[in-house]
Amino acid sequence: MSEDCRNRAMSQNVSEPATTSSDGTALPVRAAAAVISRDGLQALIDALAADHCVLGPTVRDGAIVYDEIAKLSQLPAGWTDNQDAGRYRLERRADDALFGFAVGPESWKRFLHPPVETLWTARRDNDGFSIEAPSVTRRKFAFIGVRACEIHAMAIQDKVFLAGAYADPGYGSRRRDAFIVAVNCAEAGGTCFCVSMGTGPQAESGFDLALTELHDGSRHDFLVEVGSDEGASLLSRLPQRRADDADLEAAAAVIAQTRSQMGRTLDTDGIKDLLQTNANHPRWDDVAARCLTCGNCTMVCPTCFCTTVEDHSDLAGATAERVRKWDSCFTLDFSYLHGGSVRQSGSARYRQWITHKLASWIDQFGTSGCVGCGRCITWCPVGIDITEEAAAIRAHPTSGGQHGGT
Amino acid sequence: MPLLTAAAQIDPFVPQLYKVAHVRRELSDVVTLEIKPSQGSRPSYAPGQFNMLYAFGIGEIAISISGDGTDSTGFVHTVRDVGAVSRAIAALDIGATLGVRGPFGTEWPVTAAEGSDILIIAGGLGLAPLRPAITHVLANRARYGRVAILFGCRHPEDILFHDQLAAWRGRLDIAVEVTVDHADSNWHGHVGVVPALIPRVSFSPHDTVALVCGPEIMMRFTANALRDAGVASNQIYLSMERNMKCAIGLCGHCQFGPTFVCKDGPVMRFDRIERLLTLREI
Repeated sequence: MSEDCRNRAMSQNVSEPATTSSDGTALPVRAAAAVISRDGLQALIDALAADHCVLGPTVRDGAIVYDEIAKLSQLPAGWTDNQDAGRYRLERRADDALFGFAVGPESWKRFLHPPVETLWTARRDNDGFSIEAPSVTRRKFAFIGVRACEIHAMAIQDKVFLAGAYADPGYGSRRRDAFIVAVNCAEAGGTCFCVSMGTGPQAESGFDLALTELHDGSRHDFLVEVGSDEGASLLSRLPQRRADDADLEAAAAVIAQTRSQMGRTLDTDGIKDLLQTNANHPRWDDVAARCLTCGNCTMVCPTCFCTTVEDHSDLAGATAERVRKWDSCFTLDFSYLHGGSVRQSGSARYRQWITHKLASWIDQFGTSGCVGCGRCITWCPVGIDITEEAAAIRAHPTSGGQHGGT
Repeated sequence: MPLLTAAAQIDPFVPQLYKVAHVRRELSDVVTLEIKPSQGSRPSYAPGQFNMLYAFGIGEIAISISGDGTDSTGFVHTVRDVGAVSRAIAALDIGATLGVRGPFGTEWPVTAAEGSDILIIAGGLGLAPLRPAITHVLANRARYGRVAILFGCRHPEDILFHDQLAAWRGRLDIAVEVTVDHADSNWHGHVGVVPALIPRVSFSPHDTVALVCGPEIMMRFTANALRDAGVASNQIYLSMERNMKCAIGLCGHCQFGPTFVCKDGPVMRFDRIERLLTLREI
């Protein structure tokens, strides 16, 4: 592992004076914006593969999921996703865009905060037992195709896992080592609402390189913006040309179009107080009548961080290990104390999830826990929609004032 | 592969190893363990804090520190056998090894309460997390005003730290009142709930700090009774309990509204959680 990578700042944006695009909107210009071809993108993957596990979107089992990639041909060329509440279908595109979809069921959380992780192993010995930290097999990840909402999700998990009195050492090392190639969304999904959450569709920081796919029949290449020294260094080794005004305008047009396509909206004005003062709202029973408490929303959410631990021992009782696994606040076990679970009803569990996500997260970490990726809406088997539930509370608040104090 | 000693300094998930030095059976299902570190010295702790205790291959649970001031080289924990892990820990013999992470959490405000009257109110096993506070107050008795200990449990045979309560009761400089929910004719003490003891001791409501630990419903009724007696909500402290896995704010289990009981608690000021305590299933 290079010392460079270890020390890389998370988000180093090179900001320069804004220029103006043809439609009059402000257009950020970054140093060393370049254009690379599809061959250039392959060269980027090849360069990263030298010392990274390169992960990118690929089609598997009827969905776009993140997996190890080596060749451009593994990307979902010509595929898009049709998403709505409780619905996800891959469809062919009329073109062969490589990133012409929104987000699939998996987020990068799977790699930085893995679903299953052994924390340590204990072995019996003559003096009781001893505990060994896990053998560290450090895999430096390179993520290809990270959307703006997902970059924000990583920044949110950084606050959870790294900013408190105790840091998660495994998450910290994986996060520090990750090389992030963002992709600005060229198309919003039917359940997207990043514009409402202020998390997209344009990646503005938190990446090493950011791509915008430029694809209009006459061209198919990528505008590349630099977000870190490592990104600049890598870009300098790729076949490229300097971006001109037309390239920048084309990229801005792509983002502006996506911005106008949001499938959902969420009014975040005063939402913390709104939810915290409506803990007894009848809507919680209404949503509970539909909610299966399956926990899908928490599994697909890129910021949900809750975990449980399992302690295993071998049959001889000589070795035991402690394994951390993703958990969900929708399970009864989650709030179990001797005597019973605190949150027995589905309404209490749904209330916990959405209130944590949109309200108490702000108390805890100074940020909303929602990035507007829409996964919880898409992957809910009964199509419960976080934006709809929040709007229902807002429409008929039971608290004294709409933004009454807590 | 490095052993615990090196890794544990940086990895908050890895327990330190302790050995059981002394076991005392308190009640039919409650034991007090004195544990000492296998290597080095134990970290310092404040009254009200807790440790995560690990039984080999079974699991880990949050247990308050219940030391009585004689535990300068180890920790004292009082454990009720209610589940798989607590059963395994309660069954440990002298010399057995267990894992310890901690101490974690907030403390009873024993320093801030100096100069005030102190009400220490415990229900059942809730006396255990309060014992370090009681010990501290009694060891520094001159720094406090009137001191009262109010204790309640279900039956006379459930009285925790029976001999110690009797000894405290024998002192002339503190008031000790004990009540039970149910009793037979051999019991000559109070029968009833803990809040009913509050009018039986004298204190200056406007200059009193109350430390309360017990089942959540007992704490809620006690806090309300204290407030009715004139004690301000911001002078009442409760020790909350929620499911805990990590104890360091990373697993999400112990959320109580916007708070994490592991790091914003367990000791919490009543006025800050008063609204939450009125919500069901929060």
